[in-house]
Formats: sequence, structure tokens, C-alpha cells
Amino acid sequence: MTEMVHGSIPGGDGEPILPRWWRTVDKWSMSCVLALFGMGLLLGLAASPPLAERNGFSAFHYVERQVMFGSIALIVMFAITLMSPKTVRRLAVVGFGLSLIAVALLPFFGTDFGKGAVRWYSLGIGSFQPSEFLKPGFIVLVGWMIAASNEVAGPPGKTYSFGLALIVVMLLALQPDFGQACLILFAWGVMYFVGGAPFLVLAGIAGLTVAGGAFAYQNSEHFARRIDGFLSAEVDPTTQLGYAANAIREGGFFGVGVGEGTVKWSLPDAHTDFIIAVAAEEYGLLLVLVIIVLYATIVLRSLFRLMRERDPFIRLAGTGLACTFAMQAMINISVAVRLLPAKGMTLPFVSYGGSSLVAGGILIGMLLAFTRARPQGEIRDYLVRSGR
Amino acid sequence: MTRTPLRPLARILAARRDGENPDSIERENLAARHEADRDTQRERAEGRLLVLGIVFLCAFFMVGLKMSVMAGSDPVEPKSAASGAQIVGARADITDRNGRILATNLTTHSLYAQPHQMIDPDRAARELAAIFPDLNDEKLFQQFTGKKKFLWIKRRISPEQQQAVFDIGEPGLLFGPREMRLYPNGKLASHVLGGVSFGREGVSAAELVGIAGIEKAMDSELRDPGRGDVPLALSMDLTIQAAVEHVLYGGMRLMNAKGAAAVLMDVHTGEIISLASLPDFDPNDRPKPLTEGDQADSPLFNRAVQGLYELGSTFKIFTTGQAVDERLVSRSTWIDTKGPMTWGKHRIRDFKDHGPAMTVEDVIVESSNIGTARIAMMIGAERQQNFLAKLGLFKPVPVELVEARGAKPLLPRKWSEIHTMTVSYGHGLSTSPLHLAGAYATLLNGGRSVVPSLLKGGKPLGASVVTENTSAQMRDFLRQVVVRGTATLGEVEGYHVAGKTGTADKPKPTGGYYDDKVIATFASVFPANDPKYVLVVTLDEPVETSGPKPRRTAGWTAVPVAAEIIRRTAPLLGLAPDVEHRRAQGVTLVNN
Repeated sequence: MTEMVHGSIPGGDGEPILPRWWRTVDKWSMSCVLALFGMGLLLGLAASPPLAERNGFSAFHYVERQVMFGSIALIVMFAITLMSPKTVRRLAVVGFGLSLIAVALLPFFGTDFGKGAVRWYSLGIGSFQPSEFLKPGFIVLVGWMIAASNEVAGPPGKTYSFGLALIVVMLLALQPDFGQACLILFAWGVMYFVGGAPFLVLAGIAGLTVAGGAFAYQNSEHFARRIDGFLSAEVDPTTQLGYAANAIREGGFFGVGVGEGTVKWSLPDAHTDFIIAVAAEEYGLLLVLVIIVLYATIVLRSLFRLMRERDPFIRLAGTGLACTFAMQAMINISVAVRLLPAKGMTLPFVSYGGSSLVAGGILIGMLLAFTRARPQGEIRDYLVRSGR
Repeated sequence: MTRTPLRPLARILAARRDGENPDSIERENLAARHEADRDTQRERAEGRLLVLGIVFLCAFFMVGLKMSVMAGSDPVEPKSAASGAQIVGARADITDRNGRILATNLTTHSLYAQPHQMIDPDRAARELAAIFPDLNDEKLFQQFTGKKKFLWIKRRISPEQQQAVFDIGEPGLLFGPREMRLYPNGKLASHVLGGVSFGREGVSAAELVGIAGIEKAMDSELRDPGRGDVPLALSMDLTIQAAVEHVLYGGMRLMNAKGAAAVLMDVHTGEIISLASLPDFDPNDRPKPLTEGDQADSPLFNRAVQGLYELGSTFKIFTTGQAVDERLVSRSTWIDTKGPMTWGKHRIRDFKDHGPAMTVEDVIVESSNIGTARIAMMIGAERQQNFLAKLGLFKPVPVELVEARGAKPLLPRKWSEIHTMTVSYGHGLSTSPLHLAGAYATLLNGGRSVVPSLLKGGKPLGASVVTENTSAQMRDFLRQVVVRGTATLGEVEGYHVAGKTGTADKPKPTGGYYDDKVIATFASVFPANDPKYVLVVTLDEPVETSGPKPRRTAGWTAVPVAAEIIRRTAPLLGLAPDVEHRRAQGVTLVNN
């Protein structure tokens, strides 16, 4: 009666937010992310002073900024993990829309910082790379669309999402940023694969990717030079790749010692794309393997948890996020060990870079939000096995 | 797309009959199908997620494995791997033919400043100015307190200066090792060696780049990192070079010449034993090139290689040699020498009248222009040019000096008959003394073409130009020049000097010739009976004033200088004088 008079009691299932969060969130993956961030700081201490010196800042200028952006990223990450998948989806779609507009406007308002690709907006305190923020939103949206298309009488989401992916890829290729474009395509492909793609179509996509790569090789000098550098058997020791390979050899199993490395002085991208080379030189194979294990743990645990997930949207979006994260890390490390051609891609959470860090926080926050344990209604399988 | 009917029609019809709302049945059915779809999708997704997981696991494993393999492999010469970007200061030594050092490297230090590390820039500036008088302390202080984070102060400093700077005790003053090129013999062979300067420069090293002479011509060989410690051995002989330069300098002063050049060449291999040009310079402290006036007056100018002169009568032997070799004349053929000889508007005269006719041998011995011109007319322009070209007189000498490449002989633009005549006695064709030495060596060594070279061992001989017999006859002719001709002052007892004088009026830059400025040349070979060396001595504007009238002919100027050089160097070259063996008088062989 009281309820009928005074309205229903606010609050859902009676469990406070934080305890429930703590109970359901993937604590191992979260610890791995924190560990990776810590490694990023540790390596930043080693890798960024030369750059700071070149740019006339105090030695640990970039480490300070890394701490600042990292704090923002972690706060964003925690905030997102607290949200329900539905809220995440809502925000992600809005975020995707905004960053798509930002990317589309890059040719008009962006700067290239003399690096040959217009990828950044120059803000007062730093630069902002909208394509980093595009990814998590895109993945969530595509996951939603593909999940919806699998519903009875759902929209043709697979076709539409592919169209969306092509638009995004085109925008990125215009910058040019083939790395991010590849990641976007890859994310779509993975979600399409898990969302039930016929194998024939998968083969077709693989073929298209190869053809697209060949086209880019033919038409982009930027792209062709990197592929040529990869295919030539001899590493030119004066290139970034040559320095990186040498640094890894110098480091051996246990490294040359903290602060003793030299590669950071010769590599312009030591603090971003080639941070793994700095890690390998100063701390040796040991730390590199630890980093690889951390990434693998996050990805494999997430995938394992997603296997049990029954909500198709959460499963698809989570898969997309986890695989994109893994792919980015893997590409970065593979370039340093010459398994892949040189590609400017940051190592999530470890490399320096404000946009990359915060976007990584968003991505992992979403992933952790999606992989939170929630009732899956498994018991119904045994109770209600009613077909059509 | 196959469409499944949305409604389970049978049940709905039944429900309608019973008056129930069919929507609930419809929804229930939809939910059930949805569940079923989700189950199949989930099972498929589970499988595919597993595949993904395994793929990623393998990929991470592979990356880790590759990383381990790389970390486990030895760093393959990490230093040399990065050497492409490093500045290599190494440069091979240069030695003479006996291994004595002509050029070597010395490690000195450069001094640079990092002002942001300085404690007391004012004191540092003052103390530096005291050590290096050419530095200005106020300017230094401005630099030290300016925005620059790095500045060079001195490129090379001596150990004493280094210690003095060190004693300032200023942490912002730093030293970088700097290889420096040292020519321990000073001015000796300066034109051959040339010099170096710094190329790309870094704190820890600077490139030494050759800028002249053999240092530039052989720059890449000297800087080749694969060369190791192997020095570059020249054909030069330090001792003989010293003697030649000494005598030549004395001769130049005595004959009041403004410049002099000498080339001593092995007649069989073309190896240049000595090459001197005066005035010279110290390659350790290379003078700056002249900014105005004639570069030929600069001490940097290598007269023996770069100086293109009309070398006068020394060319007559080429004309005679060709005529004899082609059997147009023999040594006793009589040649009409009645002068003056006119050809169109040109008149050819001799220095003095030689009478109506003389033999071919006497044409050389008495140096008759008219006689040589007549012989040249027998040969003809085309054959003459071919012969001179075979002697290497039409091209730059391919010697290992960067200056030689630019010294292309000056030829008549159109080779008419008058040019045939004038070139036959060395006018109208300008070559360097080195050209002349090479041509003499070719003609007199038995006829094999030689390529002048500064490298020990020389270059392979070329084709035969004249017969051995012709070559021997020419040596005989030249010997007679010294014995009874224009070069009697050139006789050096025991060494059978043979040679030809040449005195050419210097051309005015405005056209025509000077009356009182000559190039006096003596091209010689010794010993005449068994030729070993060719020596060419050229004096620029000599005048010999011991007599009542100033004498400028080569016989009075270049010849005695050359004779003195031969007298001094022949023993050093290991030639034994061929003295007449008189019977030992008053000495009895005692046998116990």
C-alpha cells in the first residue's frame, strides 16, 4: 500500500554500485591495464628525455604529461566501466558521430606538424587526434548494427555497417593514415566474422584487403617506401628499423641496464612507435615478454568472458574492442621485431601520446564494461527449452 | 531472403475462434524464435571466438618468439652497423716509395663550448682570449651568454693549448677528438700532396676531405674504411725530392726566374720520382687561393702539371723522331736550312744563321727551326698530329693529381700547314712540363708508350710508338746536343746526359709575344746509352746576367740547373758513374 501511495522505492536490485562493480568487473584485465600504464611511465622515464631535450623542455616534461593524460585516461576508464552496456552504447554512438565529423573536417582545420599526414587538431595545450577516438565508437556502433541484423526482421546492419566502415576508411586514407584504416577494417572484419559471416564472404574480404594493399602500394609513395623497407633483406642500419633491431640485440635477455640504453638518442619515435625497442634495450627480453603477456592476458580473458556472453551486441562490440586493442599492440611490437612493415602505430597505454592514452582508456573502459559478469539466464536453458 | 511467416496461423485461428487475443501468441512465438536464433548464433560465435583467441595466442607467442630470437642473437658489430651515420675521421697515410711518411694523421682536439653548462662565462671568455690571441673576449662573452647551446671555439688546438684551457676549470668548455692531417716534411712535395680540409663535422670526429693534389684525386681510396692501416705508397722518393727542390730553388734564384718546375720520371715505368714546382707552400698551413690576378702566380699553382707553356725547341726531337721512324730521313740526310723561310705571310727564322743546309742530326744539335719545319712538311699535318697524340700531348695527363685533369694542352684551333711547321719546333702548342716528360720517356725508352703515374709500381706500358732503333738514334742525337750543341753546360761527367733545350717567348695576354720573357726548358734523359730517367726542368722568365748581355736561352739557364740536379740525384738514384777505367798505376797485386 505504502508503495502505491508514495511511489515505488528507487533503486534496482538492492546492491550498491561499487560492490557490484567490484564483484562483476574483470579484475585481472584491469590490473593488467594498470600494470601496462605503469610500464609506460617507467619506459617514458627512459625514452622521452632525449626528445624533451631536443624540444627544449625539462627532462621529464613528457613523463609529466603522460601522468596527466594517463590519469585522465584511467578516470575515464573507471567511469565507463561503471556504466551499463546500454549507456555505453548510447555514449559511444554519440562519440562516434562527433569524432567522425572531427575527422571529416581535418583537411580544413587540421595540422600535420610537419610529419606529412594531416591527423591532428592543434589545441592550446597539445594536439588532438580524432581518429583515435573514432575507433571505440565505430566498433560499438558496428557491433550494434550487426547484432541488430541478426534479429528476426532486423535491419540489414551488416551491409550498412560495411558501408560505414568504407566511409571511415576512406576518410582515414585521405589523411593518409593507413594504419588506423587497417585497424578499422580489421575491427569490422572480426565483428562480421563473429557475427556469423559466411566463409565465402570472409575469403572475399581477404582478397579485397590484398587488392587494396596493392593499390595503396602502387599509388602512395609513403606506403610503398615502408613496404620496400620491409621486403629488403638487409636492414639499413640508419633507419628506425635498423636502430630498433640493433637495440633489441644489444639488450639481450636482461638489458643493458636502466638508463644505459642509447637507441633513444637516435630514434625520433623512441617514445611512441618504437618504445618497445627502448624497453628491449634497457630492460631486455624479460620486460618485453612481460608486456606481451599483459596484452595477451587482457585479450584472451576478454575473449573468454565474451564467449559466455549471451547478448549478441555485447559479444560483438566486446570482441571488436578486444581484438582492435590486441591488434594495435601486436602491430607495434611486430614492427620492432620486423614481422611487419613499418607502420606508425602506438602501443596502447605504453606509448606516449595524449589522444592515444585517453582513447585507449575509453576503449578499455568499454571493453571492461562489456565483460562485466552479468546474469546470462543460463538456467533457462535447462528449464525452458521451448522451440518455435 | 526466405521469409518465415510471422504468425503461427493455426494457433492464431484457433485462438480467434476461442475469442482470445492472438497478439500474445504472436509475441510468444516471436520470443521463442528469437531465443532459438540466439542460441544458434551464440554457439557459432563461441566457436569463432575460440578460433580468434587461439589465433591471437599464437600471434602473441610468435611475436614473443621472434623477440627472443632477436634478443638471443649477438649484436653483429653494432658499431659498424651504425657507421653509416657516423663520421669517420680515418684517412690512410701517404708514404714515398721507400715507406717514409709524407702525410699522416694526428689526433688533436677541438674546443667547443656548451654555454648553458658554464659557471662563469665572463672569466672563461677572458681566459680563452688570453690563451688564443686571435679570439675576442667580448665577442666570446656575448656568445656564451647568448641563446646558443653549442658553439665551436677552435677546430684544432695543440696539447699545450688544451692543457691551458683545461686549467681554466670551466665545465662548459669541452674537447672533442679531432683527427688532423699532418705533413711532417713541411713544404716538401707540397704540390703533389695537395691538402685536406674538414668535411662533415661532429663533436667526436670530423671527416678529412682531400681538396687538392693526390689527397683529392685519391680521396675515396684514402678514406675507404676497409683499407685498414695500409698506407698509400707513392712513386716519389723523399730524398730525391728534397735534393731536386733544393737545387731547383737555388737555380731559380740564381737565374732570377719567377718560377720553376722539375719532373724526374722513370723512363721505363712512367713512375714520377720527383715532381717539384716553385714557389711552393706548406700543406699544413695551406694558403688561400688568390682572389684576383693570375692564379698561375699563386704558390698553389703546380707549374709542372697545371702550367701550359709553349715548350719550344724541345719538341724538335718529336718531329725528327717521327721522320726517322717513318724512314723519311736518316741522320745524315741533308736538310735545306736557308733562311728566312717564308710561308705565306709567315716567316720562320733561326736564332742564328746555320748556312744553306745541314744534316738531320745537326738540325737537332744546332736547333734549327727552319730545318725542323722542312722535316715537318715531309711528314704532313695529319701524321704529325697522330704521332703527337700517341705521345700523349693532346690530352690531360692521366696522373693521380686532381690538377692534371684540368690541364688539357692548348692546340691550334685549325691545324693548317703553318701550324705543322710551328708545332714541329714547339710553338703554337702549349703543354705542361709533365706532358713533355711523358713524351720524352715514351720516345727515348725504346719506344714503348708510358703513362705517367705517382703510384709506386706505375701503370702498365702502352703500345710501341717508335722502333728501338729510332729511340736509340734519338738518344744519340740528344747526346750530341749536350756534347757539342746548345746544351754543353749540361754535361755531367759519367752520366752521359742527353737532352734538348727549348727557349720559347712567352705569349702576351693581349696577343703576340714578349721580347724579354721566356720559358726556358731542358728536357733530358740519362744515361744516354742505357736510359733510366727523364728529367724536365722549366724556368719561368729566367735571365742570366753574368755575361755582358743578359742571356735568356735555355742553354744558359735551365741546362746548368738540370745538370746540377742530375749531379746531385744520380748517385741517390743508385746510378754508378761511367768513368773511364784507367789502368791502376803503381799498384802491384801481391800474392802471398
